[in-house]
Amino acid sequence: MIHQGPPVLAPGHTFATITDKIASIVQTRHTPLGWFAGLAVGATLVGVLLLSVAYLFFKGVGIWGINIPVAWGFAIVNFVWWIGIGHAGTLISAILLLLNQSWRTSINRFAEAMTLFAVMCAGLFPLLHMGRPWFFYWMGPLPNTLGLQPQFRSPLVWDVFAVSTYATVSFLFWYVGLIPDLATLRDRAQGKVGQILYGVFSLGWRGSARHWSRYETAYLLLAGLATPLVLSVHTVVSFDFATSIMPGWHSTIFPPYFVAGAIYSGFAMVLVIAIPLRKYYGLEDFITERHLDNMSKVMLATGLIVAYGYLMEIFFAWYSGNHFERFMISNRIFGPYGYAYWALILFNILIPQALWSKRVRHRVGLVFLISLAVLLGMWLERYVIVITSLHRDFLPSSWGMYSATIWDYATFAGTIGLFVTLMFLFIRFLPMISIAEMRTLLAETQRGKGH
Amino acid sequence: MVEVETMKKNIFGLVAEFDNPDRLLEATRRAHEAGYRKIDATSPYPVEGLAEALGFPRNRVSLVVLLGGILGGLTGYIMQYFIAAVYYPINSGGRPLNSWPAFIVITFELTILGAALAAVLGMLALNGLPMPYHPLFNVPAFQLASRDRFFLVVEAGDPRFDQVTTRQFLLSLNPREVLDVAR
Repeated sequence: MIHQGPPVLAPGHTFATITDKIASIVQTRHTPLGWFAGLAVGATLVGVLLLSVAYLFFKGVGIWGINIPVAWGFAIVNFVWWIGIGHAGTLISAILLLLNQSWRTSINRFAEAMTLFAVMCAGLFPLLHMGRPWFFYWMGPLPNTLGLQPQFRSPLVWDVFAVSTYATVSFLFWYVGLIPDLATLRDRAQGKVGQILYGVFSLGWRGSARHWSRYETAYLLLAGLATPLVLSVHTVVSFDFATSIMPGWHSTIFPPYFVAGAIYSGFAMVLVIAIPLRKYYGLEDFITERHLDNMSKVMLATGLIVAYGYLMEIFFAWYSGNHFERFMISNRIFGPYGYAYWALILFNILIPQALWSKRVRHRVGLVFLISLAVLLGMWLERYVIVITSLHRDFLPSSWGMYSATIWDYATFAGTIGLFVTLMFLFIRFLPMISIAEMRTLLAETQRGKGH
Repeated sequence: MVEVETMKKNIFGLVAEFDNPDRLLEATRRAHEAGYRKIDATSPYPVEGLAEALGFPRNRVSLVVLLGGILGGLTGYIMQYFIAAVYYPINSGGRPLNSWPAFIVITFELTILGAALAAVLGMLALNGLPMPYHPLFNVPAFQLASRDRFFLVVEAGDPRFDQVTTRQFLLSLNPREVLDVAR
């Protein structure tokens, strides 16, 4: 296939230069000063997280802004936002592999790491938001002296299994991909600590052809398994809302709408990570303009699906003739939280339309800003969905208002810090681009089979 | 002669180093044609056709994954059925306790989990990993096996192995060099 436009891998590389370029970021005596600065910012926010969680466990969930009727606040908004972000990593790793898209190769490693860390941040919230978090294990089917068992017909229990499975499978996929690269680092390590640690975790990998054969089968099957998994996980998360009877939640469009939204925010996060990484670590040969172009296009496409979801919500409300649904929509648009709705339209729908323009897609700074806008917009979407349906539902005497407290914001900022810290540790100690897969890409390009 | 016998027992085999995947592929095919069976080829990335050239056409990972998935799915469904219909039934409006549509989600997730765990653990087990020691690591040049070099190993345990003739055979394949692999 002949492609116009920038290449997926810049010419002039060999197996050796690819290996050395990526591995030398990890195995170096000179850690860039910017890395320490980034880690410091992340670690500070982790401190904020620890403080917020400690105070939460001490005082209880009343320190947050939740009340009756809005009993679900930032915790579930943040949970859905983080899980959604994780989905792009799996999509890039698994789905683009199955679709034979070679441009996934230089971005899938750190995208998978992003998924793992996002799922960790997400997983905190179901635990933190419990009124009695010391009973968290009641969510699982463990034998106990009370004779209690979970309610398997509840989407909240489905969440436990879906998110646990997603975390485990994401970790497995990421680790399996790392094994050959850990062997590379083991063989290059100068110091004892590096030799031992990389040696242990590379499991003695030596690149034997029979091993590669089984490895490739396992990797392809994992990709095939992860694809329906990622679709199902955010579907199950959307069921937290869709299986209720609340106006604005009880809608069959939620599963595809949430999944598209997840991919949308996920690609935004991948871009927010990829753009500084490629600049500060000199990886423009591997993460080329073609990657930024393709990722922007995926973002635009999923953004349009999300916009369709918004339109359909308005249509359903009108077409149903149900006055609770109609009120819910007009309250969203014109009620006390209308500012959030209009901000949402601006950040999620209007601003990203700039990506139709090829000139915009090729301007790295603009793509970065648009990605930030999408991240903010997707957070606002979750906020609007949760808060506006809860604060004014069926009975006006039950109506109320919600406002987040400093602890809501602190916990959220803390999880962002956790994510940043984990990402910085990852890029320092592990290869952020898959070295073995880049070699395969090079070999294919040399054979003229590149896409 | 006594010295040759001792030498033969003391090495694991001979290894030929290449800097090109096509040469390795060609060399592996020729070695297989020459009747060598206890051979292995290593590369820093999966080379197409290499496993077949070794006489290793397919692997059993797919079967292991299928079994893992079935096991996971059965576990998921049976667990839910037993708990919801027998052990801790919750009567909600007299609805059927074996509410299988609701059980689909967790059954599906556990099928995926079972299959994924089987894929990874099965792949590692079939590969014999973790294997912290292998005689190939005694060869200093093998450090580059994970960077940009390709190796063909003939083990001393192969019935056709002979210190002299095998070394000559390997040299005829145009490698960068042929080295001894200590045990």
